[in-house]
This record gives sequence, C-alpha cells and structure tokens, in this order.
Amino acid sequence: MSAVRVEGLTRRFGQAPAVLDRLDLTIAPGAFTALLGHSGSGKSTLLRLLAGLDDVSEGRIERPDAVSVVFQEARLLPWKRVWQNVALGQTDADARDRAHAVLEEVGLGHRIDAWPLTLSGGEAQRVALARALVREPKLLMLDEPFAALDALTRMRMQGLVEDLWARHGCAVLLVTHDVDEALTLADRAVVLERGRIGTDLRVDLPRPRRHASPEREDLRRRLLAALHVHEHAA
Amino acid sequence: MSETAIRTRYIARRHTSARAGVSPGLRRQGAILLPGLRRLASPLLLLVIWQAGCSAGLIPARLLASPAQIAVTFWSLLQDGTLPVNLGVSLGRAGLGLAIAVVVGIGLGLVSGLSRIGEEVVDAPMQILRTLPALALVPLFILWFGIGETPKIALVALGAVFPIYLNLHKGIRGLDPKLLEMARTLNLTRAQTIRDVVLPGALPDLLVGFRFAVGISWLMLVVAEQVNAQSGIGHMMMDAQDFLRTDIIMVGLAIYGLLGLGSDQFVRFLERRLLAWRPVYGAERRA
Repeated sequence: MSAVRVEGLTRRFGQAPAVLDRLDLTIAPGAFTALLGHSGSGKSTLLRLLAGLDDVSEGRIERPDAVSVVFQEARLLPWKRVWQNVALGQTDADARDRAHAVLEEVGLGHRIDAWPLTLSGGEAQRVALARALVREPKLLMLDEPFAALDALTRMRMQGLVEDLWARHGCAVLLVTHDVDEALTLADRAVVLERGRIGTDLRVDLPRPRRHASPEREDLRRRLLAALHVHEHAA
Repeated sequence: MSETAIRTRYIARRHTSARAGVSPGLRRQGAILLPGLRRLASPLLLLVIWQAGCSAGLIPARLLASPAQIAVTFWSLLQDGTLPVNLGVSLGRAGLGLAIAVVVGIGLGLVSGLSRIGEEVVDAPMQILRTLPALALVPLFILWFGIGETPKIALVALGAVFPIYLNLHKGIRGLDPKLLEMARTLNLTRAQTIRDVVLPGALPDLLVGFRFAVGISWLMLVVAEQVNAQSGIGHMMMDAQDFLRTDIIMVGLAIYGLLGLGSDQFVRFLERRLLAWRPVYGAERRA
C-alpha cells in the first residue's frame, strides 16, 4: 500500500544524458517527503511527470487520482475573486462553502472576496494552498512553494503547511533546495543525484522542530554533503 | 509643527529648487485651478471669434454657418423629426454591422487562437485581407449587394471585424502558459478552461480591439452613407450639400463627433466593469 510508486522512470531531452535515469521512488500514504537536489537535477521534471503535466515515456508511475500541486508562484487567475480561484473547477453545490472553509483554515477568511492582484505574496501562496486542499488530495506536491517569500513569511508558511498536513493527512512531496526547510517539515529527505534517488534519509525528529539538536545537525551535514559533492562534480 | 506645515515646507523646498521666487501656495493653487479654466477658455474664445466673424459678415454662411445658426438648425431638425429618424437609421446600421463583426471576429479568433489547424486555416487569409483598405471595396460591394442596406452594414462589419479578430487572437496567444498548466493540474475540462481561463485572460485585448472596431465602424458608416443612401446622418449631410446648407452639415459633423465620443465612453465603461480585477480600475491596493 503506497500513495506513490515510481518504477524505472526515465526521461531524456534529445541527445543529452537522461535527466531521470531509471528512477525508483515509493511514498507511503500520509508521509511528508522532501525532495532535494541542486538546480537542474531533475526535481521539476519528476514533479511534472507526477503531476501528469508530461507523459511518461519510459517507466511506470502509480499515483492517486486526487493530486494537487502548489507551484513556486501562486498562479491565481487575476480575474476571479479569491474564493472563486479556490473553487475553480469544483462544480458541486457547496463548492463555495468548502472554499470558504479552507480559506478560513489558511487564515484568509477575511479576504474571500478580494481580487488576487491585491494580495501580498504570502497571502497569494496561501490561496494556492487552499485551492490545492479543497480538492482533498491524497498527494499534495509543493514545488519550492516558499522560495519567493521573505524569511519571516516563509517561516509562517512552513508552520501552516505542517498544521495542514497534520489535519488533512495527505501524503506531501515537498520539492526544495533548502536543507533546513526539509529538516523542519519532512519525515524523510531524498536527494536526486544523477537522475536517481541517491541519498534517502529518515528524519526522525520530534515536532515541532524549531530547535537545533545533535541529530538534526548530523542529518543536515549528511544532506549538505550529498548536495555539495554533486555540485562540485557538476 | 503640524503635518500640513511640514508638507508645505517640503513642497516649498522642492519648488524653490525648481523655480526660485514663486510662493508655494500660489503655485499649488495655480496648478489645480488654472489649467481647467485655460483648457475651457481657448475653445470658448474660438467659438466667440467664429460667431463674431459670421455676424460681421466676414464668413459667408454658404461656406460656414455661425454657431448660433447651427444650434437653431439642430433644434429644428430635432423638432421636425429629421434628426431622430436619420440618427436611428445610422445607429441601426452601425450597431448591426458591429454586432456581426463581434460575432464573426470572436468566432474566428477563438478558432485560430485555440487550435493549430484553426490558426493555419484562418490566420493567413485574415492577415492578407486586413492589409486591404476596406473602403476600397465600396464599388465591389455596390455591385454585389446593390444600394440597399446590405452593402452599408457589410462595410461596417468588414471594417470592424479585423481589430476584433486580431486583438482576440493576440490575447489568446499571449496567455500565461503557467496559468494553462495550472488549469491542467486542476483537471479542468477544455470547456471550463476556455470559459474560466482563456476568455477572461484575453478579454483586455478583446476590449482594445472592440474600441478600435467601434471607431472604425463610424468611419465606414460615414463613407457608406455618403456614397449612396436614402437615409442616415451621412445622407442628411449630402442632401444639405446640394442646398448649400452648411448649418445642417455642421450638425451632422457634431452628431458624428458626439457618437464617437459617446461610444468611446461606453467602451470605457465596459472596461471598468469587466476589468474590475485590475488594480488600475479601482480595486484597492495592498502591500
């Protein structure tokens, strides 16, 4: 039983070496997994395949139907009010009420009728989170969702994501290049190296994880080593 | 020290650096009040000179009627029904032609904006046809459609269809691909994507096209009604030319001007209503 099972996934562009090279990855239901890798390592390629944005040509992906993605940019429709963005494509009668409820959850109950262009970056990203959650996904993919936010907003958003994950119980795949973010949020950190999952660490730290600890430092060192070595090789 | 005082001092400092010797209070008042008056004063002065020239006999009435005479003529044309009837006919032609242009232009724009094959079939002929000056087709249209209502409406439609098509096509092609990708991750159907993402995203460009189309449709109408017509503002003016009635011609010109102004205001109103989500149209800004 797993939320996601990837087997022998290969993806190449033209004659260049394969970006993903017979990649295997299994994600348990409800698990919070962080996917790390330096830029160009194929994180986004993997995410696009998992999201169904690109077709799988080699290998196999098993994933639930209910998958949501939050991108680095909020990608809200500026011509729809906040709640309409959240309820987008939801045709059931109580879509509006459900949108309200989720917006309340992300702390934007007072902005449901606002236009997206009047939101701050953090607010817009929270709307994107609400839009992802209103679909009650079995797998929630976050593609560097906090990268464009300032440090304080990022910390608040990380706390929010942790809460929402605990409440909704969906599997989360967080794509990031920030080792500390991975260690704050995830149960498991995997590093994409040369087209495959190279390092695969269990992050067994008590939550909430705001404080440094020897275990955390050790994990941090190992992840940085995994990323660094590769950066120099490249 | 009050806030106003501080601000005045700040402005004073800015102005003394720019224009030494002018007191800041005067400069500010002048900047707000005078241009408004000045802008009105100049056209009014021209009007007075025009009227004086006519009254003094310096400007012959068969070349240019006096403003007072034009106003009187306007009133009598309004009273005897000539103006309302002809205006109604003109508005009907422009409205119908424009409506046809909107339907055809949006239809073709959607076909070529939403599918590759559609673009190959539709876009090339449209790009070739749009380089033709539509007015040059008047002789052909008269041969084809005779001298009834059809050629006039067709001419309006033909002139107005291109700006609508071109701008809608540009708007659809210019959509942020990231939004379309987002729509795919949300599993929106094609119909939902067109309704919620593509059309609203292209709407600002479509409205720009519509504004051009409205302007062009008046231009087409003027020509169509002056070449051959039994009614309409253009016909009223051509009729007046035969009797050297420059006052009626001037009334017609004023009507055309007002129609242009009014329709522009109407499109602006549409933009404000339909594009309320854009911060420039009044949505409150927040940091």
